[in-house]
Amino acid sequence: MKYKDYYKLLGVERTAGADAIKKAYRKLAHKYHPDVTKDPEGEEKFKEVAEAYETLKDPEKRAAYDQLGTPRSGQDFQPPPGWESQFGGGGMSFDDIDLADLFAGLRSASRRGGRTRPDMPIPGQDYEVTAHISLEDAYQGTLVDLSLTVPEYDDQGGVRRVLREFKARIPKGATDGQRLRLAGQGGKGLNGGPNGDLFLNVALHPHSLFRVNGHDLYLDLPLTPWEAALGATVEVPTLGGQVSLKVPPGTSAGRKLRMMKRGLPKPGSGAGDQFAIVQIAVPTVLSERERSLFKELATVSTFNPRGHFEQEIKHGN
Amino acid sequence: MEIEHVEAVWLEKQGDISVAGLAELSGLSEAELLELVAYGALEPIDPDEAQLMFAGRCVRTVRIAGRLRHDFELDAQSLALALSLVERIHQLETELRQLRVLIPHRSS
Repeated sequence: MKYKDYYKLLGVERTAGADAIKKAYRKLAHKYHPDVTKDPEGEEKFKEVAEAYETLKDPEKRAAYDQLGTPRSGQDFQPPPGWESQFGGGGMSFDDIDLADLFAGLRSASRRGGRTRPDMPIPGQDYEVTAHISLEDAYQGTLVDLSLTVPEYDDQGGVRRVLREFKARIPKGATDGQRLRLAGQGGKGLNGGPNGDLFLNVALHPHSLFRVNGHDLYLDLPLTPWEAALGATVEVPTLGGQVSLKVPPGTSAGRKLRMMKRGLPKPGSGAGDQFAIVQIAVPTVLSERERSLFKELATVSTFNPRGHFEQEIKHGN
Repeated sequence: MEIEHVEAVWLEKQGDISVAGLAELSGLSEAELLELVAYGALEPIDPDEAQLMFAGRCVRTVRIAGRLRHDFELDAQSLALALSLVERIHQLETELRQLRVLIPHRSS
């Protein structure tokens, strides 16, 4: 078992009072809590800070923690002789657990002991993991491999870390930020308590062509100036394959062309839309013939895209 | 190592849900959830019904509420205020995402 310096994690002295510990925790929680910060490392930092506070805020657990001595952070250690009998962690093997399990074990041991009935059902812990999947997998539905190292308690209250591996089916209809519930797949309940749940957060990998908003997809659609002016039928990629899209004559840059039901499928039925955002692409290298035709167009055309400038200035807007 | 195959259900699409169901999913007590209803942070489908029911989308709100309640030791009033701010941030992020997808990735 590796030692963690909970005082150092909270940035307080070992002699700090309960109020100072609470204040330090709250300050760090505001900084790192995943519902408050966008710091990508915030969640991990918050877990460490919360683990430290969970032990140090409880006088019994803090006393038990202090009795572990002061090994270096990250150093392998064993509780001193007699520690288990004094603090009620009997039956534990210290080799395959971490410090958080040790103190969670003390809590469940104390629940089974004094203040609550020994046979009181205790629900299992919920777990939350993020599954990163591709847009194509979200479109078709996919199986994801998940592995979690979780504490498990035996009937005597002993705790050990076990690796649990799942293959979870993500049905089609997933999109960024959606959550799935895998009922009963969290921590095991004690004394007949229900198992916890596993919550799966879906995160989509960025795609080189499509941008995602809910179940709608957005795609840049470059058009030549003559396709935009005259209208055209162009081939456009969708997640379901290439489709022909009719571009109406006089299409300007920035227009959104809607392709109904070509987005991500929605759970149950229906689908989002795909939008093609028009861009007008201009050739950077012109042949002699092209240059001559553009020059002719410039001479012939009366089109003035900046005509409104003059009118707006005249009206003093 | 045995690999389990498990089926998942959409959390937000699970249909209408009772106070007891929200309590189970959030870790909050039914009394705490009813306080959030009283402060307007959580809206039942029909507030006049004896047995309050909530839309599936409320699951997201109450799970955030459960985490904030536990991690910041908030009372019901502070929790209701925090939830209303979280909800505003969520709406703004949704608007931001809607605008961002319109920005071209490549310039022509």
